[in-house]
Amino acid sequence: MMNRREFNLKLAACTGLGVGIATGLVPVSALASWPTAAFDTENVDDAVNALYGGADAVETDAITFKAPDIAENGRVVPVTINVGLNNIDSIALMVPENPAPLVATFEMSKQSNVSVGTRIKMGKTSPLVAVVKADGKVYTASSKEVKVTIGGCGG
Amino acid sequence: MAIKCKAKLKDGMVEVKALMKHAMETGLRKDSKTGEPIPAHHITEVVCMHNGSELFRCNMGPAISKNPYLAFSVSGPQAGDTLQISSVDNMGETDSGETVVK
Repeated sequence: MMNRREFNLKLAACTGLGVGIATGLVPVSALASWPTAAFDTENVDDAVNALYGGADAVETDAITFKAPDIAENGRVVPVTINVGLNNIDSIALMVPENPAPLVATFEMSKQSNVSVGTRIKMGKTSPLVAVVKADGKVYTASSKEVKVTIGGCGG
Repeated sequence: MAIKCKAKLKDGMVEVKALMKHAMETGLRKDSKTGEPIPAHHITEVVCMHNGSELFRCNMGPAISKNPYLAFSVSGPQAGDTLQISSVDNMGETDSGETVVK
């Protein structure tokens, strides 16, 4: 005889399973590598830890940013990062003042002198931070502040 | 819908530009009439394939602007090569585009 509590537990287990199957329909590669933990963190250090497993990041001049001094609209801020390093494996772009600082990660295999550009949302005035994994080491750099007059994170 | 993309060879580096159409909802916004939160709906991954292997991958968070633009320059592909770009969002919707390196 199944009591109500047991039934609820079983129901929860079943629906959990159901979700698992539903997400299984998405291409496997899609969900396997998306770093959920890193995107969920609320500060830069935690995001770096989640991505690169606590490696000490070395400050470098080899990473440069192209971003506006003043972003009139925080919903669309054009940003370009140039990374003048060799054997680059990944680049992570972060906005420390955003609700979730990690904006995007860019992954490649052993590339040199890569540049990536995109348009991002910024909640308020903040510098940009890039963390790069190259040659097995982790490098970081931050830009000057981008002043945001109208925030772009809902509300 | 398709991903608009272009690729151009310059000094040995291929400059790829891609433009996607997506609402990129963060999950933080609220419906102005009902006050209900609008669920997050954003692209999570964009992958660029070259000759059957992965050339470049972008894991996107919700902080990428609406109708994402992605540009990158990397080395590898030659003029005349085909690049396939595909995206998938957090609800499993996919999109793709193809371009020939000029």
